[in-house]
Amino acid sequence: MKIKTLNTRDLAASLKNGGCGECQTSGVANQPCENKEQA
Amino acid sequence: MVHTFSLNGFDIALDVYSGSVHVCDPVSLEAIRMYETQPLETVMGRLLADHPDNPEVTAQAVTELLDTLDELQAQGKLYTRDIYQNSALHLKKDPNLVKALCLHVAHACNLTCSYCFAGQGHYQGEAALMPLSTAKQALDFLVKHSGSRRHLEVDFFGGEPLLNWQTVKDTVAHGRELEKQTGKVFRFTLTTNGVLLDDEVTAFCNQEMHNVVLSLDGRPEVHDHYRKDHQGRGSYHTVVPKFQRFVKLRGDKEYYIRGTFTRRNLDFLEDIRHMADLGFDKLSMEPVVTAPDSPEALREEDLPVIFQQYEELAREMLAREKQGKGFQFYHYMLDLAHGPCVYKRLSGCGSGTEYLAVTPAGALYPCHQFVGDGEAYRLGSLKEGITNRELQEAFQHNTVYEHTACGDCWAKLYCAGGCAANACHAQGSIHGVYDYGCKLFKKRMECAIMLAAAKEEISSVKAGGESYGDQNF
Repeated sequence: MKIKTLNTRDLAASLKNGGCGECQTSGVANQPCENKEQA
Repeated sequence: MVHTFSLNGFDIALDVYSGSVHVCDPVSLEAIRMYETQPLETVMGRLLADHPDNPEVTAQAVTELLDTLDELQAQGKLYTRDIYQNSALHLKKDPNLVKALCLHVAHACNLTCSYCFAGQGHYQGEAALMPLSTAKQALDFLVKHSGSRRHLEVDFFGGEPLLNWQTVKDTVAHGRELEKQTGKVFRFTLTTNGVLLDDEVTAFCNQEMHNVVLSLDGRPEVHDHYRKDHQGRGSYHTVVPKFQRFVKLRGDKEYYIRGTFTRRNLDFLEDIRHMADLGFDKLSMEPVVTAPDSPEALREEDLPVIFQQYEELAREMLAREKQGKGFQFYHYMLDLAHGPCVYKRLSGCGSGTEYLAVTPAGALYPCHQFVGDGEAYRLGSLKEGITNRELQEAFQHNTVYEHTACGDCWAKLYCAGGCAANACHAQGSIHGVYDYGCKLFKKRMECAIMLAAAKEEISSVKAGGESYGDQNF
């Protein structure tokens, strides 16, 4: 029995390191974050 | 909230509010489903009773598994709660801040595609071309209302924007001047049917356009059924050589071959294969959105076939990637590690606030899909600014939480409540949902997450790690 957790952006943490608004308008999920230092 | 699903041999759990993706085996997935609401002893008993012949399912192994689930919960990666209610308006707190415009430079078209939402390009109105003065005024308006936003977007749209090509070029030149004066960065994009694509247009686009969408529906007989010129002639053999030359000269810059599938080609995977075989590697194939009683409209009974096509597409992409002939499918591009922040996922596309459509006459609408809907959805004009404050406020507050139907949906932080225009046309309210589109979207997201897991698995196996055993790739 195994569980492997993929490397995903922590959405709760993005409350603090997200929200710059510089990403392209949009599928929302397909948009990469423009702020690579934060994502 | 946790969404669990099995696809292509992968057993996957998505923790909705943290965004965590867990790749499991069937027993672990069963444990995740039960453990959120049932006590440890019950889960332990059920797992042991359900798998008496599985030598791996022992009391010790189940105890260790449930310990792992406890750890994941403590790390905020499983069974997380919605803590975002007060953050939904962050990106829309200033409803007058604009960062993207869709310029309708041509309300006219040289094709007569019967499924076109824009009514063959003129949006249920008179044919018109946008004067250069209006286009320049639009860019000035954008800069003026962009606040601290540095990246600004301008999409040349129609109709067919190449019918007003000189205005497109002169507008880009104006944007480049504004960049020097203001420090802003314009991203210009263009959507074209390709009929007027020539070497001059290609060279200009490859220098100035951040992205270009090229409309192609797939196989010749599929494309030509809808995409005819005013003499009734199909356009496939006109546009395909032009697209191939365009893409060859495009280098590594962004483009998309974008098709529409209807009830006539529910086997749309064949059209995607055709696009890939033509040498295109950035593909998008979209379900038609049209009146439910039209012959091309997708029906409820078509869903199993469409779902099967999406799943087969994911398998095909993995197979082609292994052969070194991979291609991108837009809706399967999911950057789990560097995707959008939660603010973006709560607020959606920004239509009606940070994204506006501009008609040839300079009227402002919430987005290109509302332009044909008349005065009720007119927000104002470039000259007057936003005058319909009530409508602006409705779009400002149109976050995922305004869509009551989305409350318990696992995909809501991937779609942010879906397309306001589709919801409006389906249910009469921008706060509604387009239920058929939701079903397709969720299937695409499951396929995209499975693909992410498969790619991780391929990398892991190549590096000498363990495989989960049952996957098909």
